[in-house]
Amino acid sequence: MRDIVPSGWRIYTVAATMPVFNRTTWRLRIDGLVERPVTLSYEQLRALPRVEQVSDFHCVTGWSVKNVHWGGVRFRDLLAAARPRTGAAALTLVSAEKPYADSLTLDQAKLADVLLAYEMDGKPLRREHGAPVRLVIPEMYGYKNVKWVERITVTDQPEPGYWEQRGYDTDAWVGRSNGYG
Amino acid sequence: MATDKSYLLRFSRTERAFHWIHASAFFVLLGSGLILYLPRLSELVSRRPLVKAVHIDTAIAWAVALALVVLLGDRAGLRRTVHELDLFDSDDRLWLRRIPRPQGRFNAGQKLNAALTASFAVLFAVSGFFLWLGERDHRFRFASTIVLHDGLMYVSLVLLVGHLYLALIYPATRHALRGMTTGSVRRDWAQRHHAKWVGPDEPMQP
Repeated sequence: MRDIVPSGWRIYTVAATMPVFNRTTWRLRIDGLVERPVTLSYEQLRALPRVEQVSDFHCVTGWSVKNVHWGGVRFRDLLAAARPRTGAAALTLVSAEKPYADSLTLDQAKLADVLLAYEMDGKPLRREHGAPVRLVIPEMYGYKNVKWVERITVTDQPEPGYWEQRGYDTDAWVGRSNGYG
Repeated sequence: MATDKSYLLRFSRTERAFHWIHASAFFVLLGSGLILYLPRLSELVSRRPLVKAVHIDTAIAWAVALALVVLLGDRAGLRRTVHELDLFDSDDRLWLRRIPRPQGRFNAGQKLNAALTASFAVLFAVSGFFLWLGERDHRFRFASTIVLHDGLMYVSLVLLVGHLYLALIYPATRHALRGMTTGSVRRDWAQRHHAKWVGPDEPMQP
């Protein structure tokens, strides 16, 4: 029954199919303006310091899901191994769902409650929520919370993401952007 | 059929076209809408851009088709039908309080159903239009739009289940389905359920 009753989430996708997660072949690449580009397997990602948080999720279209329980990795722990170079100011999160991508400034990415989440409500992230990892940035609307992240490219400035190219704000602060507030 | 004295024409071709266009569009919109709305269905079907296009194109086709029926169909007849539906007399009010009273071509419950269905259709169309527009222009993005659109789905679903029960299952009323498919209903059935429409002599034609 829990599968049929609406959970409050709506699944927004832009491609014809949802990416399929293969645990053995999946890799997360971190490249761009970094001292040492790294490629992490799912196990290597899970071995990084794990954090949990409960935060609300807001969609720009008007729906919200309260008290989502996330488990994942903080960006400072994720970036530590790759070591951003001087001049690095932003990062682009590339989704396995082509052509979806979005970006954050490094300052935004280092906010205390920004994670790359691999668990949701006590279970591994489900396919429709971006398995195996998605970005969680509760202060910003859902379209910045990129699902199916497979590559993080460090850049000198934010690049307009999928929805920004379609007129949405780059800094998608909840309640203070996209015509709200 | 209508020429047979034991049958009476209850719904004109225009009325039936109006009903079935609305009904078929509703099912396509409900199905595609649920795929867009329920996460597990979204995952199962994927192809959101396609499902979304089906949903929006069906809504447009629905509006165009109904407009064409009004333009090309029996407009005077539709006006009379609307008038019949709008009129709640003392018999209707008593009937709604479960006091048996003779009913016209539409009983009071059918009149209420028609009024609710029409209002929901307008609200669906307006909120759906703003969902579409808000995606393109943030000045038209309101948090309540999606709440209204989803809420309407739930109340419409309740109304639909009741309607289908009476039209397909409940023995006393399901003969009405024949009226909506072929146009005509049995005279004795109409006499029992719509006595004021059949009248003592010949009934009014719709």
